[in-house]
Amino acid sequence: MKATAGTARERWQRETLEPALKKAPERAATFTTISGHPIARLYTPDDVDDIDPVQDIGAPGAFPYTRGIHESGYQGKLWTMRQFAGFGTPEETNGRYKALLKAGGTGLSVAFDLPTLMGRDPDHALSLGEVGKCGVSIASLADMESLFDSINLGGITTSMTINSPAAMIFAMYLVVAERQGVSWDRLSGTIQNDILKEFIAQKEFIYPPRPSMRLITDVFAFCTTEVPKWNTISVSGYHIREAGSTALQELAFTLRDGIEYVQWGVDAGLDVDAFVPRMSFFFNAHSDFFEEIAKYRAARNIWARVMRDRFHAKSNRSWKLRFHTQTAGVSLTAQQAYNNVVRTALQALSGVLGGTNSLHTNSLDEALALPTEAAATLALRTQQVLAYESGVTGEVDPFGGSWFVEKLTREMEEGALAYFDQIDRMGGMVEAIEQGFPQREIAESSYRFQQAVERRDKTIVGVNDFVQEGEPQIEILYIDEGAADRQLARLKALRQSRDNGRVDAALDALRSAAAGTGNLMPLLLDAVRAYATLGEMCDALRSVWGEYEETPVI
Amino acid sequence: MRKLRVVIAKPGLDGHDRGAKVIARALRDAGMEVIYTGLRQTPEQIVSAALQEDADVIGLSILSGAHNHIAPKLMALLREHGMDDVLVLVGGIIPDVDVPKLQAIGVKGVFLPGTPMQAIIDFINGNVRVRA
Repeated sequence: MKATAGTARERWQRETLEPALKKAPERAATFTTISGHPIARLYTPDDVDDIDPVQDIGAPGAFPYTRGIHESGYQGKLWTMRQFAGFGTPEETNGRYKALLKAGGTGLSVAFDLPTLMGRDPDHALSLGEVGKCGVSIASLADMESLFDSINLGGITTSMTINSPAAMIFAMYLVVAERQGVSWDRLSGTIQNDILKEFIAQKEFIYPPRPSMRLITDVFAFCTTEVPKWNTISVSGYHIREAGSTALQELAFTLRDGIEYVQWGVDAGLDVDAFVPRMSFFFNAHSDFFEEIAKYRAARNIWARVMRDRFHAKSNRSWKLRFHTQTAGVSLTAQQAYNNVVRTALQALSGVLGGTNSLHTNSLDEALALPTEAAATLALRTQQVLAYESGVTGEVDPFGGSWFVEKLTREMEEGALAYFDQIDRMGGMVEAIEQGFPQREIAESSYRFQQAVERRDKTIVGVNDFVQEGEPQIEILYIDEGAADRQLARLKALRQSRDNGRVDAALDALRSAAAGTGNLMPLLLDAVRAYATLGEMCDALRSVWGEYEETPVI
Repeated sequence: MRKLRVVIAKPGLDGHDRGAKVIARALRDAGMEVIYTGLRQTPEQIVSAALQEDADVIGLSILSGAHNHIAPKLMALLREHGMDDVLVLVGGIIPDVDVPKLQAIGVKGVFLPGTPMQAIIDFINGNVRVRA
């Protein structure tokens, strides 16, 4: 009789493994991923006997897209190398963009400062000390014009990491295109526009969840007819992970957020296949190599099924999950900063092997400050080495069929679906957020991880092991107060030179529209053209919708 | 014995509260009474919370680069209220060159990324004022 895989494994365990373990025990009683997910010492065909390679995994470019959305993987098109950048004044950032494009970057990605992200003008009391620090300061159309000076918006793709005031910043971008003579149907890029993960993790919210969701569906609706090639949202797990979630929580909450947006779009009367193909996703590439690859593969599989079976999407463009990846900022260490280059390269490799469609690699100095130009260039070079030297871009989904990775992918899928059930029972993600559910789950995971680090159950090289005294300091980017002063002077001049009657009329119109139900995008465009500031537009809506205050969960 | 009372605060516009929350919980687990202010607190609000709570320690979590504005304002307000003896700590992303500046205005402990929670607990126990 032919031995089955099962009995062969038992025999190996009995006759080979156990005697060996008696002589040399394992390093730990249990092994887990960085997320605490248990890992067996060995995976064999037994572990995947309930996985159908055709139905459950499929082929690249075909449902359920576990192996990738492109038929030929990176043989057809490499991922977009998109480096997030922004600091100081629009002019300074414009200079960095031109350098990145010259160095071979293929898309821009705008980092805004905190006042901009929070819809506050540079002269607001809360902006004190924050102008131009974590990103570029954009207060009005005039700043946006400087940011993209001599950069043809018809010839690049731009990603803008902006959420609460996404509609306002997007309106500014559209007006810059208008003035460059680039028609909106030629524009391509992404606004993050993902408010749910702000409530869950990053906490850059302004309005309560429901009016915030309306702004987002307004952008969806506006773009289907006016800016058809624009990615209207980047549903983001990145920040959820950075806030301390596990890989599974990142996957589950992000996709459940995606479901929430689709539901709101459908409820607003949009046809699924008209707006879902322009939704994209954004994941973290953390340090646990295989867990990350499984996460990306599971994400594609789950989304395809949800779109087909839950929302009855007909177009395969709605089924395909496209995503951007950024290496894990939170994994970078201030100690022995050069180690971060290695971490980032490995994380980027997991993103590539997981089939990411675009990638940002962090710079080695980002646990200390915003990156210097040299550090940012090295980060881009890391991607170029992966793309052009490593050979990993040949075969599509090289881990497909690995018993371990397929099993881990399946476990990710099952775990995410269990979270979906839980959130559905609460009434949806907005309700779950209002009850503090994802916030609590993340706080718990982040504390658990920190305890594991303190106990040295999880090793961080250079931090809780292999520590080095008296290491040399590296050069960092220091942002002086000059940028803030220049932005303040510029804003003052703008308020004096513009037609303030026109601004007031546009803001009045915006306020009354916000109290009604019509699409707000045309009104925001009018306000932008009149050079209303970001803070003024956001305040107009604050006066109608109020502001959100969270109950902190520790 | 009265438990040590610690106000953990997130000043400025930044919402990245992972560090603040982890340290709040660690201090609580270490037997301290922890009051977490929540996000986007002005120095005035933080001082008023510390006053109201009769805090022994104020811990500020700042990652955005605004520490050179926020810390001096907070320290001045504490002096104004006769609260000079409250132990003030800053944790977050603070460039090395700024650490002595913060110490010069009376911030006793500056904790950079990677600091073990136990180090912060020990620092508080070793430096907090002795109460009558």
